[in-house]
Amino acid sequence: MGLCERCKKAQATFHLTNIDRSGNKAERHLCDRCAGEEGLVQSGKPAVDVDEILQSFIAASKSGGAELSNLVCDQCGISYVEFRNQGLLGCPNDYDAFKEPLTRLLERTHGATHHEGKTPKSLGLPRKPQQDLRRLKRQLDEAVAGEDYERAAQLRDRIRELENA
Amino acid sequence: MSGPLDQVARQAGEWLRGTGPMHEIVISTRIRLARNIRGFPFLPRADADVRREIAAAMHGAVRRTPLLKDHVEMDVEQLDELDRTLLVERHLISRQHADGSGARAVLFEPSEASAIMINEEDHLRIQTMRSGLQIDAAWEQINAIDDALEAHLDYAFHAQYGYLTACPTNVGTGIRVSVMLHLPALRLTNELEKVAQAARDLKLAVRGLHGEGTEALGDFFQISNQITLGRSEEEIIDDFRSVVIPKIVEYERATREALLKNRPQALDDKIWRAIGLLKNARLISSHEAMQYLSHVRMGLHVGRLDSVDLATLNELFLQIQPAHLQKLHGERLTGEQRSIERAAFIRARLHTN
Repeated sequence: MGLCERCKKAQATFHLTNIDRSGNKAERHLCDRCAGEEGLVQSGKPAVDVDEILQSFIAASKSGGAELSNLVCDQCGISYVEFRNQGLLGCPNDYDAFKEPLTRLLERTHGATHHEGKTPKSLGLPRKPQQDLRRLKRQLDEAVAGEDYERAAQLRDRIRELENA
Repeated sequence: MSGPLDQVARQAGEWLRGTGPMHEIVISTRIRLARNIRGFPFLPRADADVRREIAAAMHGAVRRTPLLKDHVEMDVEQLDELDRTLLVERHLISRQHADGSGARAVLFEPSEASAIMINEEDHLRIQTMRSGLQIDAAWEQINAIDDALEAHLDYAFHAQYGYLTACPTNVGTGIRVSVMLHLPALRLTNELEKVAQAARDLKLAVRGLHGEGTEALGDFFQISNQITLGRSEEEIIDDFRSVVIPKIVEYERATREALLKNRPQALDDKIWRAIGLLKNARLISSHEAMQYLSHVRMGLHVGRLDSVDLATLNELFLQIQPAHLQKLHGERLTGEQRSIERAAFIRARLHTN
């Protein structure tokens, strides 16, 4: 193993043999960094997620051929591959259209697959009074720390109301 | 060169007041919520006409909301580049929103405590900002704005995934809590990278002064949550309020005290050199000015200096930035002209010549 022919400092790990049309061979020996700088390898994050490809093969073999790359949202027309390339989804329906691979992706990025927390009031789900109480008590602490006594008094009254309810 | 934002440049917004809990170290608390509307594509998939339709729908909803009646409105698409950058420097819009294309707008409270971006990465990006560590006040306001807007809008909400966003990294609560910290003592003692690493281990993002894309850490350090799914707003907020921020603040305070006790001359040297440079420089970049202003700010808070007032200092942090400087000067300036103007502006504000 020799040194990189370009920077002459690092170990050459990238070996390329070019054969032109007349059959002349030209060899190049570069380190990773120089190879990257010459655009011979993709530096940084690979455009294709190997894990994703593996998963898609597994999914395809399980479901009998429905490959991820064929997934397309019938509402906005974006394909799963397009989404993976640009990182942004095309419409709210994609979350259902790409449900299977997306759930795996969410599991990896957030460590969870189900929402916790606020929901639109229009859905008519009841609020938990315990949550409100915890929040009010912390707001009271903040108000006292910030010497906002008027607000602190208001908060104290609301906490009493809730506790007596 | 005059425009709708001339007056805005003259003062600092609510979040730079330098008040609130832990304000000597916590510059500001910001919360944003990402929201989208059912029946429209996300913005990457919206052509110019659809973008306009979305903007009109959002605009209508905001204008029908009494809570937002005093919000000042800016058509970002129509603003020139300088005004857009001014809004970025004030944290009222993102760099992405400024540089984007097509119909888009921002509406903000005159105090700048809250702002709503229309057609950024999501249909709506609501934000609230406060001085110091006031997460609950920021949450209370943003929650109220969100509720008020929801009365007029059919949010894209999924039973399993929560609030749907263009990027799956924001799905769920759509919340991002960002706290801006001033940590000069930790930086001076080379402890800052340790803090950054600890934060990253907790799945928090660590950035420089202007958020995404500004990786280089100066003395200012912005910390924000990355997980938005599977944890409630309350839990996310509570991490910041009870664990992460108090720990970092305590570390910075202890480091300042140790420096004061063990190496007072080294600390004074930083502070007084900074004052000397700011009062005498004839050419200064915003990066360099920011560094010295940071040392002066620390000097004020550790009681080694009282000749500069905090309000002036806070305004300087904002007004030495390129768009503010040009706005206040009244004409466009080249890089070197800006450095001259910035040095003169700082000397004038610190009452020297």
